[in-house]
Amino acid sequence: MRLLTREMACQELVELVTAYFDDSLSRSDRRRFRAHISGCDHCTAYVEQMRLVIEATGRLTEDDIDPHAREELLAAFRGWSEGRAEA
Amino acid sequence: MTSLAFSLPLVLKRQDAALMPRFGGKRAPAAMAGDADIVARLRDGDESAFAELIDRYGPTMLRVAQMYVRDRATAEEVVQETWLAVLKGIDRFEGRSSLKTWLFRILTNRAKTRGERDGRILPFSALAGAGDEVDEPSVDPDRFLGPDSPHPGAWAAPPRAWPQDKVLERETLGVIQMAIEELPDAQREVIRLRDVEGWSPMEVADALEITDGNQRVLLHRARSKVRAALEMYLDPDIAGGRA
Repeated sequence: MRLLTREMACQELVELVTAYFDDSLSRSDRRRFRAHISGCDHCTAYVEQMRLVIEATGRLTEDDIDPHAREELLAAFRGWSEGRAEA
Repeated sequence: MTSLAFSLPLVLKRQDAALMPRFGGKRAPAAMAGDADIVARLRDGDESAFAELIDRYGPTMLRVAQMYVRDRATAEEVVQETWLAVLKGIDRFEGRSSLKTWLFRILTNRAKTRGERDGRILPFSALAGAGDEVDEPSVDPDRFLGPDSPHPGAWAAPPRAWPQDKVLERETLGVIQMAIEELPDAQREVIRLRDVEGWSPMEVADALEITDGNQRVLLHRARSKVRAALEMYLDPDIAGGRA
């Protein structure tokens, strides 16, 4: 079977993985991307690595807010809230 | 190099975190307490509503502010001012955007103004010109066959399949955390918002006032570098053993 569009090389595919995941590739690029993956174990492994990177990154978490700053903000809130009640 | 990972202050989410709707939108963006509810409680002077908001967004706001201004103290001031502006404006909030988007727009505008006044070069200004970093390949070009080969651009040193368990181990997550910390500011912030906190592409673009395309380019560079760091750790013979 002849493809009308140019085949995607592995080196091109690795630049498009995030766009593929975000579903922001053009239709023809998405088709080329999928066609390539279906016949390339190496790129399948690469895309799976990227998926694992995303999953693992999702397990990280942020620090909590600084308790001192938190207290200050809550005090500011009380001040704001009291001012409103009086107004 | 990998031994550094052991000393990182890595905080892991609880195992059951994925099952619980989490503030900040991870996995369950629609399951937030609901903007209308939290706004109503703020207007009523409910302190716990404000506490929820600052716990949810405070650390992220501080990081975002720090990208624009010269030091942490200034960033803290900008965050403080933003919260006061939010309270002052809460009666005017009409829910045309999400509360999160509104809040980060206020923050970003204030941080930008402050950074400009202090003569800082803003972190995303380089993106406007575009093209200055396009030659930053996701994978070392030496890993692919050259133009003279029968299959130019095909893998010469292909990646291996990674066992999921190994990637999600605490120690491996430490390597990821370290790789993220070493990223340039803009890339680091985008990968944190998108992949650590689970924001949508549009939320990131809105909060940082960059285009959808820009946030994706930054995210792609960030993820690709994290992948490369992970490969260096898991498969050093492929990733770093050639030279």
